[in-house]
Amino acid sequence: MIKLRTIDTHQVPVQVFEGGEGENVVVLHDAGGFTAEHPFLLALARHYRVHAPLLPGYGDSVEAPNIRDMLDVTLHSFDVIEALGLNRPLLIGCSLGGMIAAEMAAIAPNDVERLVLIDPAGLWLDAYPVPDVFVLLPHEVPAVLFHDVEKGAKILTRGGDIDDPDFLIPYLINYARTFGMVGKFLFPIPDRGLKDRLYRIKARTRLIWGASDRMFPLPYASAFKAGIRNADLIVIPEAGHLPQLEQPAATVRAIVGF
Amino acid sequence: MRLTYFALMPWRYLPGDFREKHRSVWVDIDRRLYDPIKGHALYNEYLDLLEHAETLGFDGLGCNEHHQNAYGLMPSPNLIAAALARRTSRAALVVLGNSIALYNPPTRVAEEFAMLDNISGGRLVAGFPVGTSMDTNYTYGQIPALTREKYAEAHELIMRAWREDEPFAFNGRYTKLRYVNVWPKPLQQPHPPIHIPGGGSVETYDFCIKNTYCYSYLSYYGYVRAKALMKAYWERVAELGADESPYRAGFAQVVCVGETDAEAERLYAEHVNYFYNRCLHIHPGFADAPGYRTIKTIKMGALAQYGRRPKWETLSWKNLLDDAFVIAGSPVTVRDQLNELIKTLRVGNLYLLLHIGDMPADKAMHSARLFAEKVMPALREHWPEYGDDGRFWCHPLQQRVRPAPLAAARGAA
Repeated sequence: MIKLRTIDTHQVPVQVFEGGEGENVVVLHDAGGFTAEHPFLLALARHYRVHAPLLPGYGDSVEAPNIRDMLDVTLHSFDVIEALGLNRPLLIGCSLGGMIAAEMAAIAPNDVERLVLIDPAGLWLDAYPVPDVFVLLPHEVPAVLFHDVEKGAKILTRGGDIDDPDFLIPYLINYARTFGMVGKFLFPIPDRGLKDRLYRIKARTRLIWGASDRMFPLPYASAFKAGIRNADLIVIPEAGHLPQLEQPAATVRAIVGF
Repeated sequence: MRLTYFALMPWRYLPGDFREKHRSVWVDIDRRLYDPIKGHALYNEYLDLLEHAETLGFDGLGCNEHHQNAYGLMPSPNLIAAALARRTSRAALVVLGNSIALYNPPTRVAEEFAMLDNISGGRLVAGFPVGTSMDTNYTYGQIPALTREKYAEAHELIMRAWREDEPFAFNGRYTKLRYVNVWPKPLQQPHPPIHIPGGGSVETYDFCIKNTYCYSYLSYYGYVRAKALMKAYWERVAELGADESPYRAGFAQVVCVGETDAEAERLYAEHVNYFYNRCLHIHPGFADAPGYRTIKTIKMGALAQYGRRPKWETLSWKNLLDDAFVIAGSPVTVRDQLNELIKTLRVGNLYLLLHIGDMPADKAMHSARLFAEKVMPALREHWPEYGDDGRFWCHPLQQRVRPAPLAAARGAA
């Protein structure tokens, strides 16, 4: 059972999904955000005490106009952990969340002891240009994000009709709030210099990667592994960019015991 | 009325199967379609048309800024205005405008506009667009959610740079300058009149009203569709207690004039078709980067326009005229519709798109000449009670230097 609560931080009140018992983990979401029914949170909560904060602008949470760049969101994320009353929890980040988690571990290497990065953003390899998520049309998204494109499409669409104004306006508002926010860190190129700071990471790090990630294909996993001094890599079969959504059980197995 | 001949400068040679074979006219337009030899001829022809418009009596010559766009060949409208400054002598140079969030530092705009104002003897009307998502975000890489904040800061810097005579330090978030001391000064003091191209963001209403700038709605979809948006603007003008001078507002309209309605269709239908069915073929993914519009604007339903945008397959001459995307026909037909446009939108500035699509120069000149001779005089009768409102138009020097061939003058002496 995952519950939502709101905590105060310096920037804005932050909504946090929480559930489960056990060791504390903080999970930073990808650009799609989290819900209380997210299969990854549900699976993770069977092993851990899960804390999954939403970025400002996600769900019903208020936007944070003073979070403008990578440093702002990195420090804000430490503020969230502080407000949760946690001390060096296991830190997990997915895609954009992984980029933020890696940045946290690089900026404050003594404050992040164990780190799990699931298909993190943050690097750019000229040989493997990252697809521009900010121009993808809704029907083009599944092919970029999922191993099983047909199944992925069903996960994403949830039956909305883009030509219906009653659907379109709330859809556009949510898209502007969430992708407007992540654009501050990912637009137009999802690289804010992390590669020059990876050397600072002291945390024991586990990289988890979808075998068929078309956003950040496996050479990105190798680049992260090469850049972080104490990192190993687990590749999840039959998963694209979002193994936590496409293969939640396998993804959690790759975390448990780490 | 202020009547501006507005040039888009479209590329004339998009192939007939452009929409089927290419995804967008903008941002990732296929560069292999560009031929600089043709470009040489085209730029010069478009400049000729603008110069011709001055001789026909238009009050202003308009240009704008687009990037990586096959219907707008002006990444730098200031270059076009500079060319016109020397080859024209009377008309306002209406630069709509410089996307000030894109210039680093934005004082570049203060400098170049001041140069244009000096060279032209005070004929500049300056525009400050936020810029489209295609230009500002996708082509020039500005972060969508920060674009408006950067724009606002650039605006503040430029206006201070124009107004203040002491060097000052500017500690902005996006621009930090120790010595702002723009040289030259604009000829029009403290600054040229300012028109703000708007596309439906409600924040822009307040910005224009509070600063006494002209709100210029640049749409290709005609005055009938613009009514709701302009009505909301005028309601906001009243709410903020500003006067209702029609010169607070401008509108862009595609216009084609023939001797008769039938001649207009015969001469211009194919070129209008080229514009609406090829030039406006824009990949929808580029239309609005997330974060570019404010939530307030989306909630106002401005973006719902996109949902109602017609499917291009069916856009015939008749469709375009019925929906008044295009005002076309005999001088009487055009005059009557423009009279209605001016009254219903309450606009004192009209930007006339008289060259459209792949129209050749002779047809563009025919249309512009008929407009000037048979339509313009009637339009000039609008808004006599606001005839002395000089806040939204340029004030050229009375005694202006004419470009003179110094070498020839010396030879004669």
